[in-house]
Amino acid sequence: MQPDSLTFIFLNAFLINNFVLAMFLGICPFLGVSGKINTAWNMGLAVIFVMLVSSSCAYGINAILVRYDLEFLRLISYIAVIASAVQLVEMTIKKVSPALFRTLGIFLPLITTNCAILGLALFQTNREYNFVQCLAFSVGAGVGFTLALVLMAGLREKLELADVPDVSKGAALSLMLGGMLSLAFMGFAGLGG
Amino acid sequence: MVRDPRLPEPLSGDTFMVGLWRENPVFVMLLGLCPVLAVTNTAMNSLAMGLATTFVLLCSGVLVSLLRNFIPKQVRIASYIIIIATFVTITDYAIQAISLDLYKALGAFIQLIVVNCVILGRAEAYASKNPVVNAFVNALGMGVGFTFALLCLGVVREVLGSGSLFGFDLFGPSFQPWVVFVLPPGGFFVLAFWLFIFAVFRQRKQRAQAAKEEEVAHAA
Repeated sequence: MQPDSLTFIFLNAFLINNFVLAMFLGICPFLGVSGKINTAWNMGLAVIFVMLVSSSCAYGINAILVRYDLEFLRLISYIAVIASAVQLVEMTIKKVSPALFRTLGIFLPLITTNCAILGLALFQTNREYNFVQCLAFSVGAGVGFTLALVLMAGLREKLELADVPDVSKGAALSLMLGGMLSLAFMGFAGLGG
Repeated sequence: MVRDPRLPEPLSGDTFMVGLWRENPVFVMLLGLCPVLAVTNTAMNSLAMGLATTFVLLCSGVLVSLLRNFIPKQVRIASYIIIIATFVTITDYAIQAISLDLYKALGAFIQLIVVNCVILGRAEAYASKNPVVNAFVNALGMGVGFTFALLCLGVVREVLGSGSLFGFDLFGPSFQPWVVFVLPPGGFFVLAFWLFIFAVFRQRKQRAQAAKEEEVAHAA
């Protein structure tokens, strides 16, 4: 597979270098919102949407900044764009589905500080993707994030019934699960050929 | 590094110690875990990341505290983010100038300090409500606590995963490195392992305290 083909970029962000399990981006929602499969699923969809919006905006902004030699403003403008995109999503969800809005709760505004989204914008700039490649990259990353979140939520739902020692309840056990998922995802390493 | 949090301390000392131990951002509050897991594959990277984060914490804490009476409530989060992003840009360029190798090893995670929740959390919960000196001391405590946590992971991962510490070979050529610890899963496992240890300590302390209280009750 060509390293700059759309399929490769998608698979790379989706499985081989999964944003959560291989690159450690977006660990906070990964541990925080993975209690129930349903919530995890919705959170994933919101993140895919924000990623698409902010990735296309970041592409445009970068073009302008490079044009005027203002690369040092990159970080500040990216974070501003992401914050506005999140605000947009928040208002849309509130209008379309108040129930979903209540389930996501505090984690919706927290997408702003989800490093996966800023990371996505920074990586696509560093790798100098063109616009279509950026879209493939952001969909891949978003779907990969959703996959990791849903898998984790499924495991944690099962684990609630298990009898584990008191000290290992909570975050430590979730991290252990995360480690095993990450170990499993290392199996995708040869996929790109 | 382990100190007894029950010792009575003067106010300023406690402001510092809170971040270091009792409310340690990583081990107790579980904030800012992305860099904690991602860049701790060697002790050197952990130290550099910890220092960079501490620098941003200190500068943004002081500036937020200085501007706390001027920033309108409605736009405070946006203003904090802009302040933090400014200092992160400075750090980013400074590290690039000091050591290009280090810059490449840490990769995008220097720029991702912007979205480290520890920093925004401190700005919102402490610096925006307290005078400059307190904000400085508190941010220093949090920064040292964060660096300490990063080193806890970095040292374990480097010793087990590549058999060295800060780049010095420890075990000689016959050592077979436990490679999984420098790979992504190792980050999860080592952090889980530290959390287990702290949970055991906390449980033991609670039990000891309960036993002591019972003894006092019996004596009375």
